[in-house]
This record gives sequence, structure tokens and C-alpha cells, in this order.
Amino acid sequence: MDADIALILLQDGVVNGAVYALLALSLVLVFSVTRVILIPQGEFVAYGALTYAALDAGKVPGSIWMLGLLGVAACLAGLWSMRHHASRGAVLRLLAGTLLLPAVVIGVTLLLAGRAIGVAGEAVLTVLIVAPMAPYLYDIAFKPLAEASVLTLLIAAVGTHLALMGVGLVLFGPEGFRATAFSDAVLSIGSQTIQGQSIWVVASTATTMLALYLFFGFTLFGKALHATAVNRLGARLVGISTALSGRIAFGLAGVIGAMGGILVAPLTTVYYDSGFLIGLKGFVAAIVGGMVSYPLAALAAVLVGVVESFSTFWASAFKEVIVFTVILPVLLVRSLRSPVAEDEE
Amino acid sequence: MILAATGLHVGYGGAAVLHDVSIQVGRGQIITVIGPNGAGKTTLLNAIMGVHEGRGSLQLAGKDIGRLPVEARVRAGMSLVPEKRELFGSLPVEDNLRLGGFRFRHEPALARRRQLDEVYALFPRLRERRKQLAGTLSGGERQMLAMGRALMSRPDLLMLDEPSLGLAPLIVREIFTIIADLRARSVAILLVEQNARAALQIANYGYVLETGRVTLQGASAELAADPRVVETYLGIAKAVPAPV
Repeated sequence: MDADIALILLQDGVVNGAVYALLALSLVLVFSVTRVILIPQGEFVAYGALTYAALDAGKVPGSIWMLGLLGVAACLAGLWSMRHHASRGAVLRLLAGTLLLPAVVIGVTLLLAGRAIGVAGEAVLTVLIVAPMAPYLYDIAFKPLAEASVLTLLIAAVGTHLALMGVGLVLFGPEGFRATAFSDAVLSIGSQTIQGQSIWVVASTATTMLALYLFFGFTLFGKALHATAVNRLGARLVGISTALSGRIAFGLAGVIGAMGGILVAPLTTVYYDSGFLIGLKGFVAAIVGGMVSYPLAALAAVLVGVVESFSTFWASAFKEVIVFTVILPVLLVRSLRSPVAEDEE
Repeated sequence: MILAATGLHVGYGGAAVLHDVSIQVGRGQIITVIGPNGAGKTTLLNAIMGVHEGRGSLQLAGKDIGRLPVEARVRAGMSLVPEKRELFGSLPVEDNLRLGGFRFRHEPALARRRQLDEVYALFPRLRERRKQLAGTLSGGERQMLAMGRALMSRPDLLMLDEPSLGLAPLIVREIFTIIADLRARSVAILLVEQNARAALQIANYGYVLETGRVTLQGASAELAADPRVVETYLGIAKAVPAPV
């Protein structure tokens, strides 16, 4: 291997790592606020990528029907949880959020699909289709279990993941899709060429991180999420509802997942079940960050991406093995450092 | 009447903690609940706040709140300062206070700022420490922050669980002066205390809770003079015959 190849691999690794970093951040976010280990994060990526690829090809993505279905289910779940204390405002907000919003998104998609709305239009539409599914899933599958143990929540997350993957097969079929790149620009620095798409990925990741930083540092809702993460009871006592925090955290995870999908769609062929492996790499990074530290998780994600790209070059048959083996020493060190590792509070 | 709790029953996994407890708090009153450790005082406050489930009727300002979740009870106008304070340790003091006013998040910034200034006026120490992380405060400051955070939601009923716990006598006096002050601002207060002497001094009315039942109640002056209270809670033993 010479320096040129190493640089190419490094560039590739950083680009993939940037996507993993996005996923790692949202895993840490969702876990710290709701204690849910968000296995279905990968499905949001796959749905995002496949929805974007469909729009890009001028087709109506099947995921809009999933959005409508989840909206109706979330609406029913919401009405059930409000049966003792329904106020008019709350019911109206619920109906607007779970029925009106998907209806509008479905309508707009049917209207715009097949027309040239540009990369930005397709990307925004994809986020609008995929992201709301996450808070709906929270209302359906996780809110009723909010006080359950981490293990119970994890099992619910695995169930959600399997269900979404199965539905993904129905919606998108078994074939893989690849979208066209956002830009054909190619940047040359010396002997290195940098694809426009790579710049897009890294820039989007950096922007998202900055946005998250501003959200948590400077908005009341961001601080409310932080408060829920550090002291659940304290948050309830000041009137921050656990359900609201959970919905916001899942909503952010949905947005981030869909964005991750849009970013990888032009880089690789995505199948209905590709999300899991992508999500798992984000998970490795989140674990390295101890599920609590955002900067550590983001850094670890870039490392995972680089390890992956170099192992693809040297031993491509073993690349997943090598990537997931990286987690072992980390777990070992962690378990040595805190010998009494109870899983709960 | 701001709070009327009637026939409260609370149990933990089959074991009953509160039996048929009824208490009332009037507007602008300080009501205290005293009693030994394990009598169910904290459970009583938690049940009223909705942190624990219980049976019985709960009315806040005439409205039934028995089935509302905690967050909705905060919006209905009640606030609890729990025994463990439950602060947001990794956030600065001022953020803790701002989050205390979360129910008014849709109000104009000016109104929220005014509320913050009011709390700072009540606890000048918090203003000095406003940039400091809540987790680094001293015990007295933590209690002040917990009270300030609760007041940010402008409650009609403020419930305090052992506000003097673990604090130096001088700070306890300061905290109790502020509690008495709050009554003048027409905040009704339900005070649970081990320090029965201090509690009965500022309260209008008191309940004695023993093994989950109200065994005695009355105006605090009467309670303070009641021989049973004097003997058990105020620590002045009656003349004991000299040992032989």
C-alpha cells in the first residue's frame, strides 16, 4: 500500500464514519432521554435511503403508506392514553400530529412525485416522510413501557426493528437501489480527488452536530431533554412530560436517520435490510462513548469508518468481523473499570 | 380550600402504607404533617403529587386531579420539593430555575424573566451562583434551588418534604423564614417535617401521621401543647421517677 491508497481509504473511512457518527449521536440521545437502545435506527436509514432513491427515480415511495398507517396507530394509542383526562386542545393537537400531518405529506408526495423538484426538494420530502414515523413508533411501542427496565425496552426495540424490516421488504421489494449523487463536482488536491458527495456527507454531519449543540445549549426544549436524561423524576416534577421528551428524542432520531439514509443512498446500494448493519456500526461507536458522551461517540464513529475501509482493503471478507471486534477491548476496559455494572439506575 | 385529600389509601405491592388519610389545606395556610420515620409522610406527598398511585379523592381548588399524571398536576398549580431535591446536577443553577417554569414556556420572555427575578429576590444566594452547576452546590443552596425551582411554576400549593433535612441550624432558620414569607404571598404550603418544633411554630394547623394513619390533628398551638405530641415529638420528657 502506498500513501495514495492510504489517503483514499482514509477519505472513504471518514465519509462512512461521518454517517455512523450521525447515527451514534442519535443513539446516545435516545438512550439518555428514554433508556431505549434504538435498534430500529438502522431501519430509518434504510427507509430514508430507499424513499430518497424512489423519489430520485420519479416513483412514489411505498413508505408513505407506512407513514399513514403508523399515524393512525399512534392516534389510537394517544386517544387510549388520554381516556381519563382528555382536554379538547390535547385531542386536537393529537389529531393534527398523527392524522393531518401524514395526510398532508402523502398528498404532497403524490402531487410532486415524478416532477423534477431537485435534490433539495427530494431530500426534504424524504425527511418529512420518514422522520415522523419515529415519534409514532415511540407512542405505539415505547411510551406504554416508559417505566419498564432497560432490558424490556431493548426487547421492544428489537421487535420494532424486525417489524420495520419486514414491512420494508413489502414496501420496497427485495431489490437494492442506488440514488444519483447530489453533485458531480470533483475536487482535486494533488494526486487526490475528492468526490462532491463526500463533501456533502461530511458537511451535513458537521452541520447536524452544530445544530444539536445549539439545540441542547440554547433552547428550553433542548434543556428539557437534558433534564429528563439526568433526572427523570425531577423533570416530571417541573412539568416536563416523559412522553413529550421521548417524542422529541425519537423525532430527532428519525430526522437524523432519514438524513443518514439520504447521504448513503448515492454512495452504496441500499436494500430493505441494509439499515441494520449501518445502524450497528453507529451502535459500536455509541458504546465506545459509553452511551452518554456525544463527542466520544462521534470520534469513535469516524474511527469505525476508517477501520472499516482499511479492513475492506486488506481482508474484505472479514471487514465486518474486524469492525465489530473493535468493540471487545472497549467493553473489556469498561467492565474492568466499573466492576459492579448493574443495568439499571 | 386549595387541597382536599379524602380517604387516601396507598400501598406498595400489597403492603399498605397509608390508610384512609384525609387532609385539607386552605388558601394562604401552612399545614404541617409530623410523625416518626416510616409513618408514610413522604408517601403522602408523593401520592398527592401523583408520583405514587393511590386510591381516594384528590381535589385541587375544587377540581378532581386524582387521575392526572404528575405533569398535568404541575400545570394544575401544585409543586413538590422532594426530600432528595431531584435537581438537574449537570445544568447550571439558572437553567434549573428556567426549567422550573417549563409550564409557562409559551409566555413572553419578559414575564418569565420577571418570575426568575422574583425567585432571585427570595434567594439572593442563587443569583450569586446562577452560573454554577447545581451538582456543586452546598446542602442549603440545593434546598434553596429546589424551592426556587418549584416556585418558578407559580404554584397555588407548594409541598415541601423535609426541607430541613441535613442542614445546619442557621440555614434551617433561614429556610423556615422564607417558608413563612411565602404564606404572605398567598402560596398555600403543605410541610412535612421531622423537626416538629420548627414546623409547628410556623404552621396554622397540623396533622400527626403514625404508621400510615392520622392519629391526631389540630391547630398548631393546640398540637404543640398536647402532651402526646410534647412527649413524642418535641422531646420534652415528662418528669420521670428517679431510678432506685
